[in-house]
Amino acid sequence: MKPTPKQRIWMYETMLKSRLFDDHLFNAYWEGKKPVFHMGKGPLPGEMHQSFGQEPTAVGVCAHLGKDDAVGAGHRPHHVAIARGVNLKRMAAEIFGKKTGLSGGRGGHMHLYDNSVSFFCSGIIAEGMGPGAGMALARKMQGKPGIAVSYNGDGAVNQGAFHEVMNMAALWKLPYICVIEDNQYAVSVTPQESTAVRAWKRAEAYACPGEYVAGNDPDLIFEAAARAVEHARAGKGPSILELQTERLHGHFIGDSAGYRPKDEVEAQKDPIPLYRKRLLDEKVLTAADADKLDAAVKKEVDEAIQFARDSEYPQGTEALERVFA
Amino acid sequence: MAQPAPTGGSDRTLTMARAGREAVIAEMRKNPNIFVIGEDVAKLGGVFGTTVGMAEEFGAQRVIDTPISETGFIGIATGAAMAGMRPIIEIAFVDFIGVCFNQIFNFAAKTHYMSGGQFKMPLTMMIGYGGGYNDAAQHSQSLIGTLAHVPGIRIVTPADARDAKGLMHTCLRDDNLTIWMVHKRIWGLGWLGLPLKTALSVVPEEEYTIPFGQARIWREGKDVTLVGYGITTHHNLAAADKLAAEGISAEVLDLRSIVPLDRDAIMKSVSKTGRLVVVDEDYMNCGVTAEVLAVVAERNPKALQAPAVRIANPDVPIPFSRPMEDFALPDADKVVAAAKQTLKAS
Repeated sequence: MKPTPKQRIWMYETMLKSRLFDDHLFNAYWEGKKPVFHMGKGPLPGEMHQSFGQEPTAVGVCAHLGKDDAVGAGHRPHHVAIARGVNLKRMAAEIFGKKTGLSGGRGGHMHLYDNSVSFFCSGIIAEGMGPGAGMALARKMQGKPGIAVSYNGDGAVNQGAFHEVMNMAALWKLPYICVIEDNQYAVSVTPQESTAVRAWKRAEAYACPGEYVAGNDPDLIFEAAARAVEHARAGKGPSILELQTERLHGHFIGDSAGYRPKDEVEAQKDPIPLYRKRLLDEKVLTAADADKLDAAVKKEVDEAIQFARDSEYPQGTEALERVFA
Repeated sequence: MAQPAPTGGSDRTLTMARAGREAVIAEMRKNPNIFVIGEDVAKLGGVFGTTVGMAEEFGAQRVIDTPISETGFIGIATGAAMAGMRPIIEIAFVDFIGVCFNQIFNFAAKTHYMSGGQFKMPLTMMIGYGGGYNDAAQHSQSLIGTLAHVPGIRIVTPADARDAKGLMHTCLRDDNLTIWMVHKRIWGLGWLGLPLKTALSVVPEEEYTIPFGQARIWREGKDVTLVGYGITTHHNLAAADKLAAEGISAEVLDLRSIVPLDRDAIMKSVSKTGRLVVVDEDYMNCGVTAEVLAVVAERNPKALQAPAVRIANPDVPIPFSRPMEDFALPDADKVVAAAKQTLKAS
């Protein structure tokens, strides 16, 4: 199944939204951190793992999802959250640690939750796989429609949770998709150095479909995801979808990625301008429409960031609330 | 006043295993979202008999035998809880918590908080703990202090059948991660000899709950407070009998719930007796015994007329050989000696 023009425009628009959002955060991150870097200083303290280059994996899969479905992301969640439709203002506010944030500032950028769109995160590698499959199990047990998708990086496939959950998801035919974003680096270690058999090939061990999509191309990812989603919705069980993508920045802000070969870094392509050009070349968008869209997305993101900046911080004592229901 | 066990007109004396199971079955009949998941829960009925007969009544969809993949199935149960189900996870031996712990302490216990209350975690774990039957270092631990250290988990440790049932009902109706833990030697398991008499009790037929964080005075006394939970309550009761024969009046306080802890009950009893022995079949270091002493130290250290005494496992792995295990674990004689020590010191 190929994406419709409308879906392709949505994919472009959503990738751009994620990118502009990350651009804002990147700039804000350095506020208060110069001339002496201190991770705990400035309006955006803590680690910050951004999605530059990985936007296609989010839109190509999430384009198929609706309100009945659930999505879990990992420690690099911005693009997935945005493609899932998490409230952008409250997400921005959460990342700035504000009271108006999704979790009132208790979570931060690695722990984004929006139950209105069944979205959650975990900052621990592969830890979200079980909960993702559990959301699929709940839908199956309650006789409700809907599937669950877990996003993990290429490094996550060597956690025990990956094998344990894929085995049970296949055994119980859960409506579940394990997306592996292969950005080729688990911090500094490559799959060639860490992984004897790639995740998509391991699908054979669970008697489920496995597919590798090269190119970091939203259209190709969309088509592969369509197959996995259809498989899950038909009650046939899980799939492993391994998507080649690019990490255009370091593991987190401040990581210069000096461990990467220079020619490899220089050969990296930014998927968003490429996709914009394709939509123009194929006359999906006119130049005027594209400019209008760009401006609208920029406005939405600017407003979300401004909302976050303008919002109040929580009181320190609010730390004591919400431990228990 | 000591709280007499209300019988509700019942004359049924049950083991803790049967009483806990009765609560689970009653809740499962009412709520189709409750299901049991774990190793050997369906065909076998649980390693400790926690789920006997449930697969026959509720079917394989609601009593799910898993592969030996604790990280995986605890994660799956956690996600199911976030999506409206109310799973019960059975872990036979708490020692296996090592392969569960990431999903418990980094995810299940934190998700309500990290999500700002958006996702509830109505998840109950039923877990066996404890030694004293020569099962050695990897199948005899309690690890309650380890679990209690993590915010976001409620932990109950019933000492008899009546409390086992009431606390299970309470756990299954709560919207948080709850752990219901029973010491293997008081559960009423056929392969550990005759059931301990004080752990058997008359159990009302009807449903009832026991609030979290409410300790139970099993026996009133005026000379010394013996604090314990689970099996150590029974050591303390036996010790109180022996002490009574020597004219010493011991009060036996059963914590029942480790998180939250009934700090008021501890302080009230110590204020009355002026002497304190805390007994725990878990490691000593940074454990429940220290937390109980901290209550007195923080609230009113002058209430103590003599230094308090802690009895807990010395900080060594639990040894296999009988003389060494007997040396390491608490028993009634050690409690008697400790109580006398507090009386001598004043």
